[in-house]
Amino acid sequence: MSLVFDLARGMLRRRRRQTFVSVLGVALGVAFFIAIAALMRGFQLYFVSQVIDVAAHITIKDEPRNPSPQPVAMEYADGAVAVRGIRPREAVRGIRAAGEKLAILEAMPGVAAAPILTGQLLLRYGGRDVAASVTGMEPARYARVSNLEKDMREGSLSDLLRTANGIVIGSGLAQRLGAGQGDSVVAVSPRGVTLTMRIVGIFHTGIATFDQGQAYTLLTTMQIAQDRPNVVNQIVIRLADVTQAEPLARVIEARFGDRTESWEEQAANILTVFVIQNAIMYSVTGAILLVAAFGIYNIISTMVFEKVRDIAILKSLGFTERDIQLLFLVQGLFAGAMGAVIGFGLGALMIEGLAQVRFGIATPGGQDGFILDRDWRLYAIAGVFAVGAAGLAAIIPARRASRLDPVQIVRGAG
Amino acid sequence: MSALLAAEGVGRRLAAENVTLVTDVSLSFAAGEFVAITGPSGSGKSSLLYLLGLLDRPTEGRVLLEGRDTAKLTAPELAALRLARLGFVFQFHFLLPEFTALDNVLIPIRRRGALEGRAARQRAMALLDSLGLADAAAKLPEQLSGGMRQRVAVARALANDPALILADEPTGNLDTRNAAQVFDIFARLVADQSRTVIVVTHDAELAARAGRRVHLVDGRVVSDEAQG
Repeated sequence: MSLVFDLARGMLRRRRRQTFVSVLGVALGVAFFIAIAALMRGFQLYFVSQVIDVAAHITIKDEPRNPSPQPVAMEYADGAVAVRGIRPREAVRGIRAAGEKLAILEAMPGVAAAPILTGQLLLRYGGRDVAASVTGMEPARYARVSNLEKDMREGSLSDLLRTANGIVIGSGLAQRLGAGQGDSVVAVSPRGVTLTMRIVGIFHTGIATFDQGQAYTLLTTMQIAQDRPNVVNQIVIRLADVTQAEPLARVIEARFGDRTESWEEQAANILTVFVIQNAIMYSVTGAILLVAAFGIYNIISTMVFEKVRDIAILKSLGFTERDIQLLFLVQGLFAGAMGAVIGFGLGALMIEGLAQVRFGIATPGGQDGFILDRDWRLYAIAGVFAVGAAGLAAIIPARRASRLDPVQIVRGAG
Repeated sequence: MSALLAAEGVGRRLAAENVTLVTDVSLSFAAGEFVAITGPSGSGKSSLLYLLGLLDRPTEGRVLLEGRDTAKLTAPELAALRLARLGFVFQFHFLLPEFTALDNVLIPIRRRGALEGRAARQRAMALLDSLGLADAAAKLPEQLSGGMRQRVAVARALANDPALILADEPTGNLDTRNAAQVFDIFARLVADQSRTVIVVTHDAELAARAGRRVHLVDGRVVSDEAQG
């Protein structure tokens, strides 16, 4: 076995320049893959972590997934009756038996849940009116399902408990209102309730739409503002293991009947974009590796062609077809592996080079450069691809070599 | 005692080209024989050698090596048999150009795996030394003269201590002096080590030095006589 490796090494060493060129092809493919994948995945992971950070992992809503069917349509299911212009029934909306559901959820391992009431409030400060999405929550419980506490610029969520009608608003919202910490704003709800609220905290998450339109207050305050006493319209859940969000959401929906969305469902449009991005990335780098594989095919083919005499003598000496096949396959794999190793180095350099790039403007998240994912698994994928492609490229000429009939070559070689 | 190597009614036809290379050859070779196969070009002497050397399979008849019918063996089994029992020398030296003389001799030894490491190197060195090639061991084939290359090829043929050496025009590319030297080596292998050497040659002078001469015309044996 080691003999075959020694023979392969000797043959490759004699063709250093040709070998180097095809190795370089593989190296470039590997390097581009690593750099582009680091770039794409870095951005995607950053984005996902931002989403997960701000949004709830699972949200239970006070609405059924599909509108409830009309009795007459149920009676004539095959379409004899069409009902148009149905207006939603006037019913007290809200999650029913929220207390029991919360108790059930809290009992699950790795699950933290908080009841909230969300709605619109028009905030007025001086001459400015800004509509805001306001979440009413209980600070102690909400802190367990959200990272909002760490994004607080001024004040804290628990300050809400110490102030009558306190409100915590986003930094962008504060700017739009022209109000600051300690100022009192007038809040008007769609139900016509007007409250005077004092700003007790300002947060900044880095997500512009969120910072410009979101505010928090106590659940009870929100229930008064919305004129919906004791009503909770969402339960937000945070999980110890984010990857369980989707399956758990389905379990909860099946059990409670309330519409339950995982963060993946809520961000589905963006995640679909990621899938397309990844497909493009894999096809581009795949094409580079394909070209590199042709380079390897070419060199092994040439080598087999040049080495017919050596193949003949090795076979007549007693080397089997397998030995010969292995001899050339090893050379292809070696070229692939060399390319992968050089590509790892080049790829790492490219990543560090990209990391130096500055855009000149900082994103709200505080990033002004590429976000790069320096994951060893990207190297592993690229390496496996490169060596695999090289192996496939080498196997065709290697098989041809193994089938050479030594008698044909030995005869008359002078 | 059974013969070392025997051909029984051996024929070889190329069906595609409709050409007959060898027809109905029955020969038997004992240990310690030095046999020259002669004949005009195209008489099938090389083809016969490849059949005897298990490089090619006959279309008729059978070849027995040490009493074993080789027709029933698979390709890897034949390869193993060639590796252990046969040694080949061709007109062209067929040394691997990337490797030194010593490494070339080591190839069949290492492939067989009976000797390893130092023992294998010692055996290869001893072989080169016995053929007057001790100084050539570390050199690449391109640094050697034609005669030396052919002697390295002989050393490689002897690597696994084969019972039988098969040589196809081994002196075809050599000048008279080097040709004689190679034949001297063959003669010594027969006389001192009682190996069997079968040489295909069209050089009548050299053929005359063999103990037995088989003459082929149009793929048939026309004479088979002891000489010397």
